[in-house]
Amino acid sequence: MKKLGDILMENEPFEEILMGNEAIVRAMVETGTKVVTSYPGSPTPEIATAINSIPEEKRPFYFEFSVNEKVAGEVAFGAAVNGNLSCVFFKSVGLNVALDTVVQFSLMNIIGGIVIVVGDDPGANSSQNEQDNRNIYQMARLTVFEPASPKEAYIYYKHAAEFAKKEQTAAVLRLTTHVCHAREKIGFDRFNPPPLFRSDFNRDNGPYIPLTSMALEMKGEAIRKLKQAQRFARTKQLNTILSSDTNQGLGIITSGLTYLSVLDVLETTQTRPDILKLGMINPLDEKILIDFLSSHKQVLILEELDNILELQIKSLAFDNGINTSIIGKVDDDDFIGEYTPDKTLKKLGATWPDLGLNPADEDTELFDVPARPAQMCPGCGHRSAFFAIKKALSASDITIADIGCHTLGFLPPYNIGEILMCMGASTGMASGLALENSKRVVAFLGDSTFFHAGLPGIINAVFNRHDVTLIVMENGTTAMTGHQDHAGKSISIEGLLNGLGIEQVLSCDTYSQEKLTDLVRQSMEHKGLSVVIARHPCMLKFTRAQRKKTGYVQKHISIDQEACTQTHACVEQFGCPSFIRNKDGRIDINLDLCIGDGSCRPSCPEQAIGFDREEK
Amino acid sequence: MKTFNIYITGVGGQGIGLLSQTLLRAIDYAGIQAIAVDTHGLAQRGGVVVSRIRCGEAVHSPLIMKKSANLVLGMEIHEAMRGLVTAGKEGGTLVFLDVSWQPLPVRLGQNKEITSEDILDACQTTGIIPIKVDLGRLKDSRMQNMALLGTIAGRKLIPGTEPHHFFHALEDLLAGRVLTENKRLFTEYMSG
Repeated sequence: MKKLGDILMENEPFEEILMGNEAIVRAMVETGTKVVTSYPGSPTPEIATAINSIPEEKRPFYFEFSVNEKVAGEVAFGAAVNGNLSCVFFKSVGLNVALDTVVQFSLMNIIGGIVIVVGDDPGANSSQNEQDNRNIYQMARLTVFEPASPKEAYIYYKHAAEFAKKEQTAAVLRLTTHVCHAREKIGFDRFNPPPLFRSDFNRDNGPYIPLTSMALEMKGEAIRKLKQAQRFARTKQLNTILSSDTNQGLGIITSGLTYLSVLDVLETTQTRPDILKLGMINPLDEKILIDFLSSHKQVLILEELDNILELQIKSLAFDNGINTSIIGKVDDDDFIGEYTPDKTLKKLGATWPDLGLNPADEDTELFDVPARPAQMCPGCGHRSAFFAIKKALSASDITIADIGCHTLGFLPPYNIGEILMCMGASTGMASGLALENSKRVVAFLGDSTFFHAGLPGIINAVFNRHDVTLIVMENGTTAMTGHQDHAGKSISIEGLLNGLGIEQVLSCDTYSQEKLTDLVRQSMEHKGLSVVIARHPCMLKFTRAQRKKTGYVQKHISIDQEACTQTHACVEQFGCPSFIRNKDGRIDINLDLCIGDGSCRPSCPEQAIGFDREEK
Repeated sequence: MKTFNIYITGVGGQGIGLLSQTLLRAIDYAGIQAIAVDTHGLAQRGGVVVSRIRCGEAVHSPLIMKKSANLVLGMEIHEAMRGLVTAGKEGGTLVFLDVSWQPLPVRLGQNKEITSEDILDACQTTGIIPIKVDLGRLKDSRMQNMALLGTIAGRKLIPGTEPHHFFHALEDLLAGRVLTENKRLFTEYMSG
C-alpha cells in the first residue's frame, strides 16, 4: 500500500497520481516552506489532510489550524518576517475574514515570502456564495497565479514561492473547487534538505509601521513589486498562446479550469480559435495581451464569475487604439456558476454560430428523481437538539442560523433557522432583531465558529445587554469540513462564557431531550443574554473511532412492528435517515446507516423503538 | 485511445472514493491517460457523491458534459437514476446496485421510491444498456464497491484494462486483511 505521507516525502524525482490539494503539499516540501497555517474550509481541507499524513517528526515545516483565517494569516506573516517561507491556506469566504490583515501584506517587506492559497468555489458547492476573490487582488496589490489542473497547481505553487521570496512579498495561488479535487499523474522533482528555521527579524528590513506618510511610501513599493510580477510571468512563460491554423482570425482569452473546458469544446470543431491562457491573472501582462488583441479580428474573453479580465482588457485596447472586436459577458447568466464544458459550449456556440457547436438539449424531465437534500448523519446530536428545542419554541419565535452542520436544521422536518449570513454572525443579527421586538429571538452557533468569529457578537450582547437566547451546538470538532480540531480542545466554552459574566449559562447533552427542552424554555424566559450549551460529540467521528476498537459490537435499533401504530413521528418529525418508509407505511431500519445510538427512541409515542444487537 | 467517460455516483458512506481511486489507478496501469474529480457536499453520511473519470488523449477538463458518459456506475438506486438521466450517453452502459438509501422526500412520503424496474425502463427509453449487480451473496455493505468493480473488470467495460491492472490498483490503496478481503470479493464478482 502506498502511503500518502511517504509519497510526499520522497527524496528522488517520481511520478504519482495525486489530487490538486495533495500536490500542493509536495510543492511546500520542495520549496522549503517552513510555516503553514489554515482554518479549515472546503475546497481546501484536503491540503491539511495531506500535511497530517506526514508524521510530525518527519514533516519539514510547522503546521497549525489557527482559530480563524485572519489569525492564520498573521501567524504566517510573523514567521515570514522572521525569514521563513510561509503559507496560509483557506476557502473563498475565508479571505473576507483574513482581509484586514491580508490587505496590508503588499505594503510590507516580507523577507521570507508568503504564499496565500485561496480555494474559490464557483458554483457555491460548499459555500454561502460564489464570490470571485479576483476582485480583491487588485485592491490588495497581490500577484496571483492561477493553475488549471493539479499538475499546474504543483508547479504554480513553486512559482509563487519563488516570486514571493525573491520580491520579499506575498503571492496568491488561486485555486477553484475542481482544481483542488481533480486527480492526475504528476511528475515531481527532487526534495533537497529543507532550510533551517530562521529568526532574522530586524525592523531595519521594514518599514513595518504603515502610519502617516510611511503608508504612502510603502504603497509605492507595492506598486513596484507588481511591475516585477509582469516580468516574472514572462520569464516563466506563465501566459501562453495556443495557436491554430484554422483560427479564422478568432481568439479566446481565458484562465484556470475554464481553459480546459474550452479545449474540450474545441475538440469537436473545424475552426479552432487561438487561445491565450493566462497563468498569472494579476497583474496582467500587457504586452502579450496587446499583441494577441492586435493579431485577431475578434476576441472572446471567457472567464468564470465576474468580468475582471474583460474590464481590464477592454481598457487596455482603448488606451492602445486597438479596434479588435472584444466580446465578454453578455447576459446575467454569464456571471453565474462554474464554466463547465457544458456552459462553455453554450457560450461559444452562441458567440460564434459558425463553429457548428450544438448544445445538448436542455434537461428533459423524463423521469422524476427525488431530490436528496443534505442531511445530518444518523445519531447526530444536532438532530436530537432540534427535535427537543422545537418543543420549546412557539410559531412566532425567530430562529437565527449560523455556519456548520447545524445549519441543516433549516430543512424539513425541523425548519429551525430562518436567516444565515456567515461565520459567527448569528448572535449579532439576533441582537438587532431583538430590539423593541415582542417576538423572542433564538440564535444558534457551532463550537468551532464560537472561537472563529462568534465571540465578538456574544461579548457585544453582554456589553449592550441584548435580550437573546443563544444555543451553542457543541460537538467537539469542526465537523462539516472533516473533523479538524479547534480551540475547544484546550479552552472550555462553558468556562469562557461564565468568565464573561453571563448570568445564565445552562448546558446538557442533547440526547437528554426532555432536559434540553426545559433548559431552552428556562433560557427564553430570562431577560437579557442567556446561553444554552447543547452538547453531544459528533457521532460520525465518534463511531469511526469506536469501530477501530477491538471487541466493538455494532448495535442497531429495531422496530416492534406489533407496537408500531404508524404515527410516523420517527420518520417525519425526528427524521433520522436510517428509517425506511415502505409503500404500505411500515417502518424498517437501514442497517447500513443505523449506528444503534437510540437517540430516536424518545420520538416514538408507542415506545416501539428498541435495540437489536448484531455481532460485527 | 478514444475518449471514454466514466460517471460514478452514490451516497456518502458507500465507498465511492475507493472505487473511483481504484478505477483511476487501474486505468493508469493500463497505460491510458486519465484525469478524475470528485464532487461532494458536506462531510456527512448519506449525501450525494459524484466522481468522474475521463480517459484518452483528447481529454482536458475532468468534468463530463451532459449525456456523454460511456459508463455510468450507480452505487445507490436513486442516484443511479439521476446519473443515468443527466450523464448517460445513448449506447453507453449503466452498472448499478439495487441498493436504496431513501432520500428525504421518499421518507416523508412525498415521492415514490425508485425501483430496479424504473431503472430498466429508463434504460430502454434512453438507449443505455443496464447491468444490475446481484448482491445476493454479499453481506458486508461496505464492500459493495468491490462487487461493482469486479463486474466492470470481468465484463471488460473499460477498454484496455485487464484484471491485473485492477489488482495493482487495489494493492496501492489497501493493505493487510482489508486488501485480502477486497481482492477475494473482486475476483468472485469478476468471475461472474
